[in-house]
Amino acid sequence: MSLRSPLARVRGLGSAKEGVQHWWMQRLTAVALVPLSLWFVAAIVCHAGAGHAQMRAWIAAPTVAIPMLLLIVATFHHAQLGLQVVIEDYVHHEGVKVASLIAVKFLAVVLAAISVFAVLKLAFGG
Amino acid sequence: MAREATDNRPLSPHLQIYKPEYTSVLSITHRATGVALALGTLLLVWWLLAAAMGADAYATVQACLRSWFGRLLLFGWSWALFYHLANGIRHLFWDAGYGFELATAQKSGWAVVIAAAALTIVAWVVGLTARGG
Repeated sequence: MSLRSPLARVRGLGSAKEGVQHWWMQRLTAVALVPLSLWFVAAIVCHAGAGHAQMRAWIAAPTVAIPMLLLIVATFHHAQLGLQVVIEDYVHHEGVKVASLIAVKFLAVVLAAISVFAVLKLAFGG
Repeated sequence: MAREATDNRPLSPHLQIYKPEYTSVLSITHRATGVALALGTLLLVWWLLAAAMGADAYATVQACLRSWFGRLLLFGWSWALFYHLANGIRHLFWDAGYGFELATAQKSGWAVVIAAAALTIVAWVVGLTARGG
């Protein structure tokens, strides 16, 4: 029998100390990615034959650059959360597991930063 | 005693022991496409970075993507995206508490497979027509 009150348990947010944060962010980014990824594929399909100058002019428009930045952030956040679950499920060696989790998180942040930089350079690079 | 109790606890069989069912195959495909899409983000990063670096770098990426191998990657990537997207929406309905009955889950599964195939075909037909083959 636990002597902890339900409130204390909720405040403790479970053994991982983050409660439903992971689950909720995965769903939130999923919902955001429904329109964003459909938009992205439609845009790529429509610009299939575009050259560099056309592509640059296209991405520099705020109506494209802003959704692109949102897409990048949501994609890498969602991918990191998903890969984390896959690693937790299938990698059983504790050291390898922790190392993989750290690597995936760092890589997601680095790749997102590179992508954001690229979009900003295309938008403001002159 | 306690040790024996944990050792003899009935365990769920491994994936290799379960007979694959239609719904379980769809479920693992969701995971597989998710991992593939995560790897596919490298393509997006490369494409954006090359575009930011200049016309030459961008031309190199475009040439790679237009090769048969590039197109194969893009085709696989587009199918994986549409599958993960459609099945992801199916998951969101489950999260909201709808569609758990076996018949419904199987029907929505078929809808996902058909939608993913149809959207992939439409995207490629439109894309190839737009740039004239």
